[in-house]
Amino acid sequence: MSNDEKTEGRAKEKTDVSVSRRNFLKKSGYVLGGVLAGGVIGSLLNVGGKKPPLANPEQPTSAPSDYNQALMYFKQDQFRIVEAATERIFPADDSGPGAKALGVAFFIDHQLAGDWGFNARDYMQPPFYKGEAVQGYQGRLKRREIFDIALQEMQNYSQSKYKKGFVDLTPEQQDAVLTAFEKDEVKLTTISPSGFFRILRSATIEGAYADPLYGGNKNMDGWKLKNYPGNQMAYMQIIDKDEFAKMPPKSLKDHLH
Amino acid sequence: MKKLPKVDVVIVGVGWGGGIIASELTKKGMKVVGLERGKERKTEDYLMVHDELRYAYRYELMQDLSKETITFRSNERIRALPMRQYGSFLIGDGIGGAGVHWNGQNYRFLPYDFQIKSKTIERYGKNKIPDGMSIQDWGITYEELEPYFDKFEKTAGISGEENPLAGKRSDKYPNPPMKTTPSMKMFIDAAKKMKLHPYILPSANLSQAYTNPDGVARAACQYCGYCERFGCEYGAKADPVVTVIPVAKKTGNFEIRTHSYVRRILHKGGKATGVMYTDVTTGEEIEQPADIVVVTSYVFNNVRLLLNSKLGRPYDPSTGKGVIGKNYAYQVMRGSAIGFFDNKEFNTFAGAGALGACLDDYNGDNFDHSNVNFIHGGNIAMTQTGLRPIANNPVPKGTPSWGKEFKAQSVKYANRTLTVAGQGSSMPFRHHYLDLDSVYKDVFGDPLIRMTFDFEEQDRQLAKFLATKCGDILKEMGANRVDININLGPYDIMPYQSTHNTGGVIMGNNPDTSAVNNYLQMWDAENVFVIGASAFPHNSGYNPTGTVGALAYRAAEGIIKYHQKGGSLA
Repeated sequence: MSNDEKTEGRAKEKTDVSVSRRNFLKKSGYVLGGVLAGGVIGSLLNVGGKKPPLANPEQPTSAPSDYNQALMYFKQDQFRIVEAATERIFPADDSGPGAKALGVAFFIDHQLAGDWGFNARDYMQPPFYKGEAVQGYQGRLKRREIFDIALQEMQNYSQSKYKKGFVDLTPEQQDAVLTAFEKDEVKLTTISPSGFFRILRSATIEGAYADPLYGGNKNMDGWKLKNYPGNQMAYMQIIDKDEFAKMPPKSLKDHLH
Repeated sequence: MKKLPKVDVVIVGVGWGGGIIASELTKKGMKVVGLERGKERKTEDYLMVHDELRYAYRYELMQDLSKETITFRSNERIRALPMRQYGSFLIGDGIGGAGVHWNGQNYRFLPYDFQIKSKTIERYGKNKIPDGMSIQDWGITYEELEPYFDKFEKTAGISGEENPLAGKRSDKYPNPPMKTTPSMKMFIDAAKKMKLHPYILPSANLSQAYTNPDGVARAACQYCGYCERFGCEYGAKADPVVTVIPVAKKTGNFEIRTHSYVRRILHKGGKATGVMYTDVTTGEEIEQPADIVVVTSYVFNNVRLLLNSKLGRPYDPSTGKGVIGKNYAYQVMRGSAIGFFDNKEFNTFAGAGALGACLDDYNGDNFDHSNVNFIHGGNIAMTQTGLRPIANNPVPKGTPSWGKEFKAQSVKYANRTLTVAGQGSSMPFRHHYLDLDSVYKDVFGDPLIRMTFDFEEQDRQLAKFLATKCGDILKEMGANRVDININLGPYDIMPYQSTHNTGGVIMGNNPDTSAVNNYLQMWDAENVFVIGASAFPHNSGYNPTGTVGALAYRAAEGIIKYHQKGGSLA
């Protein structure tokens, strides 16, 4: 079954449990009797006759070019290493797509190009000292610099051990390289191999499950793996019900009015 | 330095504390200026709030650590280093402060908490308190504070039912409890079978539309599952922006200045004359004179502002003398258990920050401590706050943290686990404190606050005790497998634990051992009031906001009295 077929199958499932914000507002009929409106309801009620975009399950989904899938930070060889490595961390299997099909490497590339890659909201003032483990990250390198070094070192380690680049290794060999980083079996003076592995692992999970607006979780397929409904506005109707409520997921795009 | 005209009251930080003070004082006609370092926030900002990456993992609503952080060391022999990234706790920023990104779990501390030292000695003798544990009575009783708890609960519109093991209430909660989910029912049934006393968690997420005594109307919670770390797009979660701040604004007596970072309390002869702040958009330093200064800028900045202003007596751990920075405490959150249910699927993606059921059989002094090596305890709760997919990857112990097996298990159990967790109290110790760092500075060049803190044997014993109880409940609930987190380990600044930091400007009835009296008025400067969980001499086994709210209402009453008559209120 292709991904498209899967998506369509889901969309045909009963959707009556999913309540859009606008429907919720209409149905609930709130009257703002108080002196002051504490919530946003009032301003929402003023939204005009515009209808939210409705997914039409009957319409064949031709896949237009995804202009988001290009590189903001990585060089192409770096990108391929990240794509291969994240696929080992979160591999495709019977349950659904892995990191590669979810666009996780694009997600990481885009994140490194912005605030996160520059550690823009982290305290990066000197002096730098090696701290205790319980004191957290104390390095002077930014995440994008850590990636540059670590990807090169993954390549070096693969060459020295298997005489091949990381991308050309068998999945088992790739796992062995990643494990060597995870367990600090690779000796480096520049960065902490396990520290890098932790960033890579958490970024992989983020890329699989963050809103698709960031370039990963393509087609919300990460959410579909877990039957996660994305961001619905309300669960009032199902919150106290026994049966598991399956519904087609919604992304933030559905909430842009 | 530009000097502005004098006002009655200047408030440093406009969150729950600042908002409550502003609403009460302006209603009485006092002229109040609120200085807030962050930006404006309003409910309409949250139409794109269901974004786990941006809000939960990139800390959209939190203080920008590149400008200011804290430094941390486990003990005095270790070099303190900056908390360079977020982890253990999250520091709020902007209008509403940490009150915007709370879950809304709203408790009252127990009668035992307020008289912890005398009650512990009375029941167990003074040897029960280990060397170095610096617990002390709060200088107020539960009964004295009860009317203020009631007032805060009505302002926020707390939805709940009677807790059978708590202090006496003068009135019921203003709203009925939240809905009961299937998993909450399982928890309640199991707890009752075990002869425990479960009740539905008191919630600041409204169970129904509600208009509070100030005339503020808010809509009911929709159980969307995005509370903690997020703002509420419905205004259903009580926060200062949708409750107390509009009340203050409506009087015409409240002026809020955002992007205004207060750096010093100015004082002369034991009284404050106003504050000095920097307009962070221009860099200009401005003096705002005031008759009364109210400090409501969260634990860390309350302490830091006093120390940087050289107001009050700094705490010295070598002598135990001095008070500013004393009795920093936290929360013991690791005592928990996770249950894996192979044959059930729960709608746990749905939820609300304060949706859940809990019990206090093992909290405070509700059980006999004669045969355990700790005092106090913790609330045990099973919450349904909304399991979001980046954070929610539950796997049985022993599963690798990545790869094929990790993916298979984390997908399988995404909707098949329930967590029962203890919220352990945190006792103060003589060597746990806050002071100024001598090396690291903020963006203005002012010293950062330095935390010296670690878990103690008391905490380890408590975590183990609570974890075991949590596991027992999950077994009774029918979990196929229960993994118990029994080892607390050392305090680590990286994994998120709790934003329930307390102490540093503690209350009491003796100026030698406390910084503020039971109106949160400084002993050493009668026109300065310091409000927040900084006033807690220890932290209880509960979320702190209900008690912060109550103390803020009491402080507001004190400030009004002081404004009329002057002098010490103690």
